[in-house]
Amino acid sequence: MAASPIRFSIDGIAVEATEGQSVIEACDAAGIYIPRLCYHPDLEPSGTCRVCTCKINGRNGAACVTPASHGMIVENETPQLTDDRRTLIEMLFVEGNHPCPYCVASGDCELQALGYRLGMVAPRLPYQWPKHTIDATHPDIYLDHERCILCARCIVASRMQDGKTIFGFEGRGIAMRLNVDATGGLGATQMAAIDKAARVCPVACIVIKNDSYRVPNGERRFDIAPIGSDIEAKRKQAAS
Amino acid sequence: MTAGHATTVEAIVREFAADRTRLLDIIEAVQHQFGHVADNAIHAIATGLGIHAVEVEDTLSFYAFFDRQPRGRCRIRLSRTPISLMKGAQGVADAFTAALGIAMGETSPDGAFTVEWTSDIGMADQEPAALVNGRVLTALTPADVPGIVAALRQSGAADARLPNANIRSSLVQAGPVLSGELGGADIIRATLALPPEKVIEEITAAKLRGRGGAGFPTGMKWRLCRKAPGADHYVACNADEGEPGTFKDRVLLDEFPDLVFDGMTVAGYALGARHGLLYLRGEYAYMWDRLQRVLKSRRDRRLLGTAIGGREGFDFDIRLQLGAGAYICGEESALIESLEGKRGAPRDRPPFPTERGYLQQPTAVDNVETYACAARIMQHGAAWFTGYGTRESAGTKLVCVSGDCPRPGVYEVAFGMTVNELLDLVSAPEAAFVQVSGPSGQSVAPKDFGRRIAFEDLSTGGSTMIFGAQRDVLDVALQFADFFVAESCGWCAPCRVGTTLLKQGMEKIVAGRATLADVTATEQLANTVVRMSRCGLGQTAPNPILTTMRNFPEAYEARLQPGPFAPAVTLDEALREATSLRAHAPVTAEA
Repeated sequence: MAASPIRFSIDGIAVEATEGQSVIEACDAAGIYIPRLCYHPDLEPSGTCRVCTCKINGRNGAACVTPASHGMIVENETPQLTDDRRTLIEMLFVEGNHPCPYCVASGDCELQALGYRLGMVAPRLPYQWPKHTIDATHPDIYLDHERCILCARCIVASRMQDGKTIFGFEGRGIAMRLNVDATGGLGATQMAAIDKAARVCPVACIVIKNDSYRVPNGERRFDIAPIGSDIEAKRKQAAS
Repeated sequence: MTAGHATTVEAIVREFAADRTRLLDIIEAVQHQFGHVADNAIHAIATGLGIHAVEVEDTLSFYAFFDRQPRGRCRIRLSRTPISLMKGAQGVADAFTAALGIAMGETSPDGAFTVEWTSDIGMADQEPAALVNGRVLTALTPADVPGIVAALRQSGAADARLPNANIRSSLVQAGPVLSGELGGADIIRATLALPPEKVIEEITAAKLRGRGGAGFPTGMKWRLCRKAPGADHYVACNADEGEPGTFKDRVLLDEFPDLVFDGMTVAGYALGARHGLLYLRGEYAYMWDRLQRVLKSRRDRRLLGTAIGGREGFDFDIRLQLGAGAYICGEESALIESLEGKRGAPRDRPPFPTERGYLQQPTAVDNVETYACAARIMQHGAAWFTGYGTRESAGTKLVCVSGDCPRPGVYEVAFGMTVNELLDLVSAPEAAFVQVSGPSGQSVAPKDFGRRIAFEDLSTGGSTMIFGAQRDVLDVALQFADFFVAESCGWCAPCRVGTTLLKQGMEKIVAGRATLADVTATEQLANTVVRMSRCGLGQTAPNPILTTMRNFPEAYEARLQPGPFAPAVTLDEALREATSLRAHAPVTAEA
């Protein structure tokens, strides 16, 4: 029996989905960008950042973990959701220490790019100024906890794709931290620079040494086009 | 850790069949044995389970009752809630720190004592209360402390001879559910007289709704769970009663354990489940042995085990799972994660637990009180149950009363009672405000005392904290904000960061340093946290702030700074480090 097609609407635009697709996957395929931070197309979603929260059938839900279903009504670009998403981005900015002007990820950083896209002008929330140490024990990678936004991408990538389980969380609440599978730091683990886990960090927490300025500032992904442009380009192509 | 210690850890892992889903029990056993879980114990556990140390640490570091560093042999945990503080907990804490020569949160140099604060321990009607190595001390006064410390020094452990080591029965007024026999064979016999589908129909006809506060129709939950495909079905009882001011589940499990187990067995029969799990909050560990004896007695009477009540094919047993200090585990999906030996981070839904819950199998998670009600419905029938309460809220509710009230305790009242009627019943007609359903509920002002306790009006899990005119509603809201900072699981950004920012916003308001713009910003932030958080904890964590803003605007207005802007830090605060380095205050123009 052929499965009947799943059709739903997002901001009034009709989208088709296949069985098992999440709202964000279906919208990505259709060229409709839902702002997101922790979600990565190659990884199981963790739903940690909640930036992709949409109003789905009248109730807020994260698009990355909500299965697409027939007849769904999704609201994405509403002033309320944009405002709430910007507040989430601001929360993550003040939770860690994110000095964009001299950060290695500037221009390539999804947090920074979302700040621009969502119209974050000046921080309204009080900086928390947490104290973190840098883990530089690994020869090829350093781990800068100042930047970690606890998205869980590296945890999922290491476990599911690298088969290593290098990363995990530690503690709870505002004290939660990214933890590594060795008391001696990242250098004492089996982590390698070619691991998927080393390549999925949305910010500059997991940084590959001697590689950071291969592309100079001003010529990086989000220096050239706002985050989400690649997804939206699909729809423009289809329309033309 | 010596080689002997390693052997002990290995034996503990074997005792739980090297089952990764029993990680909580394994950590608990190691903690119990050694007082903490050292790095090499973590490695021994990881090796024994065939997992990574980072996974053990993930679970271990989540729970407040587990330690990675050695702490005092006597662990004194004082309950810190608005109720305990109004009853003098700060004086008790001061007496402990004076007697021990250490500050709160510290361990004495000889390693004998640690004294610290903890979240509500379920003794709101007999505060100030404390846990000493799991034993509960109640109604403490500063004068009791030297005797307690001396007794602990002498015995080195907490036992029943400790001063104040008694829990008074909290049941003040029993109603239909808590009257009559304590449960047992009759209820099971009545249940087995019906086919399982009919049992669910009876529960549905009784209009039973979840007693934890959310009020989901129990009959519907059971029907969804029964028809969900799965190799096994599970019945879980949520006894992680962590909402500050709630202690009805303690009363039920202390005084009516058979009734609760009856209810779980009814559910087991109705759902076709063979396994029941009761998740007991770590603060209630003192009940562990007694509950195990009750379970054994039920097995002996064939009320649990195989062929229950002589019915071939009806096999059902119940396992107790001890929690370890995490309010969030009262959220049903976090509870399931914890049952599986993981950190208590809630799951995203769908899938709902009724489809994929414990071990990805269909699971019905219900409140302790819900099971007690289900047992009584099977005993007396649906019509009897709907004879109490309102149209939308059938039956009775166990209301836990604490605070400025001469008769605190558990009252079983029919749904539909107004706050005014309740206040008269408990002899507290002078209340200035009532916190209904705990910090995650609402601060109710006298203008709303005509509202009714019912799912369709003031929905509640039972916590009812009464505050007199001498109490400061904003102070209480700030303490609740602090509670959510301590209990946020940290998984999602809005709750993890938002709870801390909200607390800081409230601190500024309470300190009288906030302008109208600050109050507005705090309100906006609170609404974002409500809208964007992943689970019920985050979605309700701003309630103390939002409901006090709505119901007590005058309390906020009274503390406002005039003008458009007040800095988050004062000049003195900003210069404190420089001032201390220079050893004199900044030179000002007047000087």
